[in-house]
Amino acid sequence: MMYLASTEPQSPLLPVWPEVVIGLICFGIIYFVFAKKLLPAINKALDERHAAIEGGIEKAEAAQIEAQSVLEQYKAQLAEARHEAARLRQEATEQGTAIIQEMKAEGQRQREEIIAAGHAQIEADRKAAASSLRQDVGKLATDLAGKLVGESLEDSARQSRTIDRFLDELEDGAVKAEASR
Amino acid sequence: MSADPTQVLAFETDCHLFKGCGFEGPSVWSFIFEPIATVGPVEINKPMLLAVIGSILIMGFFWLAFAKPKVVPGKTQMVAEVLYDFVRRGIGREVIGKKAEPFIPLLVSLFFFVWMLNLWALIPLAQFPVSSVIAFPAGLAIVVWVTYMTVTFKTNGFVGGIRNLCVPAGLPKPIYFILTPIEFVSNIFVRPFTLAVRLFANMFAGHVLILIFTTATWYMLGTLLGTVYATASFALTLVLTVFEMFIQALQAYVFTVLTATYLSQALEEAH
Repeated sequence: MMYLASTEPQSPLLPVWPEVVIGLICFGIIYFVFAKKLLPAINKALDERHAAIEGGIEKAEAAQIEAQSVLEQYKAQLAEARHEAARLRQEATEQGTAIIQEMKAEGQRQREEIIAAGHAQIEADRKAAASSLRQDVGKLATDLAGKLVGESLEDSARQSRTIDRFLDELEDGAVKAEASR
Repeated sequence: MSADPTQVLAFETDCHLFKGCGFEGPSVWSFIFEPIATVGPVEINKPMLLAVIGSILIMGFFWLAFAKPKVVPGKTQMVAEVLYDFVRRGIGREVIGKKAEPFIPLLVSLFFFVWMLNLWALIPLAQFPVSSVIAFPAGLAIVVWVTYMTVTFKTNGFVGGIRNLCVPAGLPKPIYFILTPIEFVSNIFVRPFTLAVRLFANMFAGHVLILIFTTATWYMLGTLLGTVYATASFALTLVLTVFEMFIQALQAYVFTVLTATYLSQALEEAH
C-alpha cells in the first residue's frame, strides 16, 4: 500500500533532495522565529526577573542595614538617657543636701536673731523699768522725807543731787553685796 | 507466502507461526513512502508532512510560552523555560562558554527540531521517526558544517582558520606529518558525515527494532504457544518503546552538543 512501485529500494544513505530542502526550510523557519522573536522576548523577561530578584535582595539588605543603624541609634539614645537620669539623680541629691544645709543654717540664724532680739527687748525693758523706778522711788522718798523732816525739799537742784547720791550709794551697796556673794 | 515485499505490509498478511509460513521482517521499504500529494514539482510524502507539522508544533508551543513572556511565569512558560534553559545553560554555556550567546538560537532550534523529528516515532498514527530518513539529518549537518566553517574563518582569518582546522597546537613537530592530514579529513569531511549518520542510524535502528517486535507479535499470534511468544514479543516492544524515548532525547542532545563542540573549537583563537 505504502511502497513505491519500483522493485529495488533506494539506499537509505542517499538523501532525496526534496526532503533535504523541506527539512532545511522547516529548520530555517524555526531558527528565524526563535532568533528574531521568541528568544529575545524570553531573554528580556528572564533579565527582568533577574533584576527583580536582585533588586528585592538589595532592598532587603538596605532595610536590614537601616534597621541595624536605627537599633544602634536607639541603643545609644537609651544609654544617653540612662546616663542623663543618673546625672540628674546625683544633682538632685546634691541640691537636696545643699538645701537642707542652707535651711539648717537659716534656722540657726533666725533662732539666734530671735534670741538676740529677746535679749535686747529684755534689756530695754529692764532699763526703762529701772529709770522709771528710780524716778518713782526718788519722788516717794523725797515726799516721805519731806513729810518726816518738815523741811521743804522743794529746791530741785539740791533734791536731785541728794537723790542721786543716795541711789548711787544704794547701787554701790547692791554691787558690793553681789560681788561679796 | 507473498514474496514481493513491495506489495504487502507484514500486518496485512495472514501469515502466522506454525502455519507453514516464514516471517517477513521489516526492510528498507519501511522507510520509503509513496507521495501523499504533489505540490508543484515536489511530491509530498509522509516524512515531509511530519517535518512540517512538527515544526508547526514546536513553534506553536514556544509561541504560546514565549510570545508574551511574564516575569512570573505561567505553567507553559515555566516548562518551556526549563527546556530553553537546559539548552542555553546546559549545552551552550557549558560547552562554548562566554561566547555562546550568538549561537544559542541555533542550538535551541537544532535541539528541539531534532527531538521533534525523533519524537514522531512514538506519536500515534505517525509512528515514524522522521530523522531516520537521511535527508533530514543531512540537511541539518550541512547547516552545522556551514556555520562552523564560517565561524572558523571569521574568527581566525584564512590561514588561522586552516591552522585551526588542521594543526592542533602543542604537539611535537614530527607528529604533525601524520596528524595534519588526519585532522583535515576529520574536521572538514568526516564530521558532518558522522553527525548526520549518527542521528540517522540511531533512529533507523530503533525504528527497525520496534518494527521487528511488533510484526513478530502479529506473526506469532494464532496458536496457544504462539500467543505466549507473542506476549513476550509485545512486552519487549513496550520496553523498546521506553528505551526509544530515551534515545530520542539523547540523540537530540548529542547532535546539539557536538554542534556546540565544533563551534567552540572554531571560536578558539589561533595559538
